[in-house]
Amino acid sequence: MRIFARLALVGLAVGAVWFAHARPIPAAPAPAATPAAPSPARPFDSCVDCHRNLGGRLAAPALRIADDIHVKRGFSCAACHGGDPRAAGLEAMDPKKGFVGKPKPAQLPTLCGNCHSKPEVMRRFNPNIPTDEVARFFTSVHGQKLLKGDTRVATCTSCHGVHPILAVSDSKSPVFPTNVPATCARCHADAQYMKPYGIATTQYAEYQASVHGEALLKRGSKQAPTCNDCHGNHGAAPPGVTSVANVCAQCHGSQRDLFVRSPHKAAYEAAGLPQCTVCHSNHKIVQPSDAMVGAAAPAVCAQCHAEGSKGAASARAIRTALEDLKTSMASAADVVARAENAGMDMTDAKLPLSDAQTQLILARNLVHSLSLREVQSAATEGVGLSQRAADFGRAALAEIAFRRRGLIFALAVLVILALGLYLKIRAMPGPSASS
Amino acid sequence: MHLGGWLEDRLRWRAADAFLRHKAVPIVRHGYVYYFGGITLFLFVVQVVTGLLLLMYYKPTAEAAHDSIRFITSKVQFGWLVRSVHSWAANLMVFWVFAHMFGAFFVGAYRRPREVTWISGTLLLFITMTFGFTGYLLPWNTLAYFATKVGTEIVGAVPLVGHGLLVLLRGGEDVTEATLNRFFGIHVAILPLLTTMLLGFHLFLVQLHGMSRPESRGPARSVAFVPNFVLREALIWVIGLGVLATLAVLLPWPVGERADPLAPAPAGIRPEWYFVFMFQTLKLIPPHVLGIEGERLGILAFMLAALVLLAVPLLEHDDRKTRARRIALALGIFAVLYMAGMTIVGYLVP
Repeated sequence: MRIFARLALVGLAVGAVWFAHARPIPAAPAPAATPAAPSPARPFDSCVDCHRNLGGRLAAPALRIADDIHVKRGFSCAACHGGDPRAAGLEAMDPKKGFVGKPKPAQLPTLCGNCHSKPEVMRRFNPNIPTDEVARFFTSVHGQKLLKGDTRVATCTSCHGVHPILAVSDSKSPVFPTNVPATCARCHADAQYMKPYGIATTQYAEYQASVHGEALLKRGSKQAPTCNDCHGNHGAAPPGVTSVANVCAQCHGSQRDLFVRSPHKAAYEAAGLPQCTVCHSNHKIVQPSDAMVGAAAPAVCAQCHAEGSKGAASARAIRTALEDLKTSMASAADVVARAENAGMDMTDAKLPLSDAQTQLILARNLVHSLSLREVQSAATEGVGLSQRAADFGRAALAEIAFRRRGLIFALAVLVILALGLYLKIRAMPGPSASS
Repeated sequence: MHLGGWLEDRLRWRAADAFLRHKAVPIVRHGYVYYFGGITLFLFVVQVVTGLLLLMYYKPTAEAAHDSIRFITSKVQFGWLVRSVHSWAANLMVFWVFAHMFGAFFVGAYRRPREVTWISGTLLLFITMTFGFTGYLLPWNTLAYFATKVGTEIVGAVPLVGHGLLVLLRGGEDVTEATLNRFFGIHVAILPLLTTMLLGFHLFLVQLHGMSRPESRGPARSVAFVPNFVLREALIWVIGLGVLATLAVLLPWPVGERADPLAPAPAGIRPEWYFVFMFQTLKLIPPHVLGIEGERLGILAFMLAALVLLAVPLLEHDDRKTRARRIALALGIFAVLYMAGMTIVGYLVP
């Protein structure tokens, strides 16, 4: 008899799912009722208790649901799927009791928004959590396409997962910072899936090879930007060509400030070029180097400024200023290291050397202003500091030489003295019988 | 009245002169050990002279100590030399005090009537190690700070009085400026006073009893203390001065980074080399042995060893080649090998 009961239950569940799928996609998501307040203790939940025993696809949600952030906060399956979890049998899934089955992708933003768009609901769990996710979602490329009936685009569960939905702060969550690139890549790196949209699918591979990808994925640095830091999360969209600098400025503010007052700002806008990414690329942003500046490849300046142009001459001069400072610093560091290895205290030399390093960083940053005068000014100051450090180093080496000459002289005197004593000892009478 | 007569009237120096002219030093096998004490004395004199010079510039506060050492080594004329010689001579002195002690032990120079000479010498050995321990902290650099922290923690593990001793040494619960002040006071006032008194007594006893003559074959022979022995000693002192100058110039003692009590302890912290054998032993002892905390047991063992060292003349006093003498020699050889072995292990094992 039990097997028949199970079969009937499976049949009813499959029917409910089919029914849910068969419902038409609404043109615009209709708001649903906010679920009842969660009960702190849930002694009986027929959804979990029955589905756990169904096996396969139907059991999977019930088996993993305990990890779900919503369940941990006291919600049951009915909060999303409707029905009456207190009813012991199939009547729990009675549509008359609000059972809606599996929501369709198009319904998800509205379904989640039933709580997540309501500050009065969300503040009971986390007063600081934003409640504009759904609104922002419908401004995103994903949301816009969904409104137009494209159900292949990402909706809430595409990124956050389902059964269980984990807290964003949970390292196993698909939207935990280190997992975001792979989550986005599930669609965006799938050439077949992205074919209808005609966009590239190399972003993930490029990001992995980038300085940001290395910091996030290899070193686990959560400060490093991931996809949503530049594209937004719920309102995900490519930054416009005129807002790239503002996006990068979330971290690289100083560079943006220099860029917006540089001649490149107006030139890029006129040419429709996307600001920072022209030189640094977008997803494959590699560690910048001084080789990026100059009049010939691999310098990025050469992409636009032809050899012999005024821009190329300026780029060459900027590069020369940087190289001069680096040469000066390397020379000073060598002298200081030699003196230090010989045991001299080089603290006085290390301070200007450290300041010269700061000047090099400053000069490199000033490259974004494209102002030769400013770069040269910073670099010249750095060269002066390097020379000061080198002077300390040379003085220390001269002191070492003086000490060694002094040692040779002192040892010569001591050897003569020792020799005299030795000869005197030799000349003295030997041992005598003791009394 | 000429000057000599004037001085003789007041100082009776001719008695001392006559004593020294009649003093003889026996010629024996392994006679070179007689010079070890002289080398140690030379290094002590160097320490006193260089220490007094350093005292003119050193500032014993947590804020200024490190800077004052840097000032001495970089700004004061020949300050680098004085400081480097002081550091090198300190280490060499510890080495030669040990060499002198083992030399005297192996030739049996602790036997009647030189028991008190031995005990005073052993106390001088302990004082020298305390000199090293307290002086190491004074530059207030990272290594010294954390090594002192570890060293005083070990003192804190002494049974019954450990915590009291730790607080007494540190001037509180932790290594702070109070510890620096305390170590400075001990290093430049208390220990020099004790050493001067004890060393004077030790040298007086050496003169009183003369050099020990160990059991030796052949007829007893000797050389005059003045000038034969004194000239040989002078030759060694000149060589010692050359070695010190060479080390100080070619391998100047580093000042190190200023101590930061809030920073984590750097890896591989260990005490000065002459404490490494004890440190390594404590590291190797299991946490608990027969229900007793391993570290406490190790410290008890070292305290017992120090007592045995002091009591050597009372434990082995027969001049003949007895079983006790053979056991003492075997223990002495074991001690040398153990200390050298543990020191090497301490430096090789991270």
